Amino acid sequence: MSNQQVVQVIIFGIAAALIIFGGIRVVTAQNIVRAALYLVLTLAATAGLFVLLLAEFIAAVQILIYVGAVVVILLFGIMLTRAPIGLTPDLDNESARIWGLVAGLVFLGVVTFVLWRHFASVPALELSAPDSGANEALGRSLLVDWVAPFEAVSMVLLSALIGALAMARKD
Amino acid sequence: MTIWIEVAVKTLALLLMIPLAALALGYSELKIMAHMQSRVGPMEAGKFHGWAQLIADGLKFIQKEDVIPEAADRSVFALAPVLSLISAFLVFAVVPFGSGQRFWFFNLDIGLFYALAVSAISVLGVLMAGWSSANKYSLMGGLRAAAQLMAYELPLVLAAVAVVIQAGTMSLVGIVEAQANFSILGIPVPYVVPQFAGFVIFVIASVAELSRTPFDMPMAESELITGPLTEYTGFRFLFFFMAEYAGMFALSAIAATIYLGGYWLPGVPDNIAPAVGPVALVAKTGLIAFFLIWIRSTYPRLREDQLQKFAWKVLIPISLVNILVTSIAVVFVSDVQG
Repeated sequence: MSNQQVVQVIIFGIAAALIIFGGIRVVTAQNIVRAALYLVLTLAATAGLFVLLLAEFIAAVQILIYVGAVVVILLFGIMLTRAPIGLTPDLDNESARIWGLVAGLVFLGVVTFVLWRHFASVPALELSAPDSGANEALGRSLLVDWVAPFEAVSMVLLSALIGALAMARKD
Repeated sequence: MTIWIEVAVKTLALLLMIPLAALALGYSELKIMAHMQSRVGPMEAGKFHGWAQLIADGLKFIQKEDVIPEAADRSVFALAPVLSLISAFLVFAVVPFGSGQRFWFFNLDIGLFYALAVSAISVLGVLMAGWSSANKYSLMGGLRAAAQLMAYELPLVLAAVAVVIQAGTMSLVGIVEAQANFSILGIPVPYVVPQFAGFVIFVIASVAELSRTPFDMPMAESELITGPLTEYTGFRFLFFFMAEYAGMFALSAIAATIYLGGYWLPGVPDNIAPAVGPVALVAKTGLIAFFLIWIRSTYPRLREDQLQKFAWKVLIPISLVNILVTSIAVVFVSDVQG
């Protein structure tokens, strides 16, 4: 391995460890606000993985949308309703533990199977110096090559937004 | 090896810049607001016009007892001010202080977008502070701050989008260079001229993002006793204080870079440009910061509903129209020229 690859592997290890630690704490934290804050850690470390893939734009989107907006709205909602400080024992459901473990293992199995089955033979991407055209390439593929699915997704989001507004209306 | 020395020196410079920017802007605000209100402001500390007032304040903060409320969530309470400061620090990293590698920490391809993304992290710090203080005023302030920052993030980003469309790049260095090559009727002008509506939106949204008067509902001393900061004392409060003024400097520097031409000045010969660049940027940043201070001492606080209405019903529609007009103009101009 070259020096660059060693650095990449180390950074990947750190980011992956943070993601796993954050993910585990999200489900084991006995306080709902803390759980949401661990989610921030997981999502921010995911941005680190995007940086590692030289997708800096996606990484910034990850930070802006997930850390800056999604989790903030989540926290906003929690704090607006009920967010006691300290432990909340009723978050801890004894009988759910075993099923949570089962669900987690099944998910792990499915993901491993899919990755191994379909991507084991795909050669690893050769990551080189940042491509200055990365954003242009991304924009082109979103708004030229895949413009129909892109527009379809935005229509779905728009209708969800209007639906939410219609349901929240009082009159 | 030299690259590590360069990174170390630049990191040190960035770390020094936060307290320096906070001191300079904090002191300017004390003095400018005092004169606008027919007072003299601090005059004693350090003899000459009280220049050492904030250094004295800072030393005082450090000596204060570190008080954490009994009912608070201690680790979240401790983490909140650090997060606010990190957010301001990360924005500084992409501001170009001159042309050439020496003058920036890194020239990201997505510089402007990165700056707006990391400045969004500060919301989290305020929310954490508000919740973990175990104080209803703090929580109320935190919620107000979150609602406000989310509402004004949109016009801020949308105003910047129009600049990106016109410059054809998201890199801050690239935007400055695009402005250097831009002229209307042969007169070289920065983007504040063609993007005047965007500039006004950007500055207003910046004031709101910084929770400064007239958008200081989250702090509102007279009703919420400074909201999320109520329970903070000593060095933790100092962190928030520095983050606030460093954030003000950083956002002003971004606005100066994308609208006022940043480190670039027309007619400066190439051989002295590296020396003029940083001075030009700091002067332009100071101009915008002065304007923010001016607004603060001029306007009364908006009400919460007025504030939300203003963002959603005025700023966002105007910034969307601004994007539309800019895109049409850019396509039109490039058709005429090419």
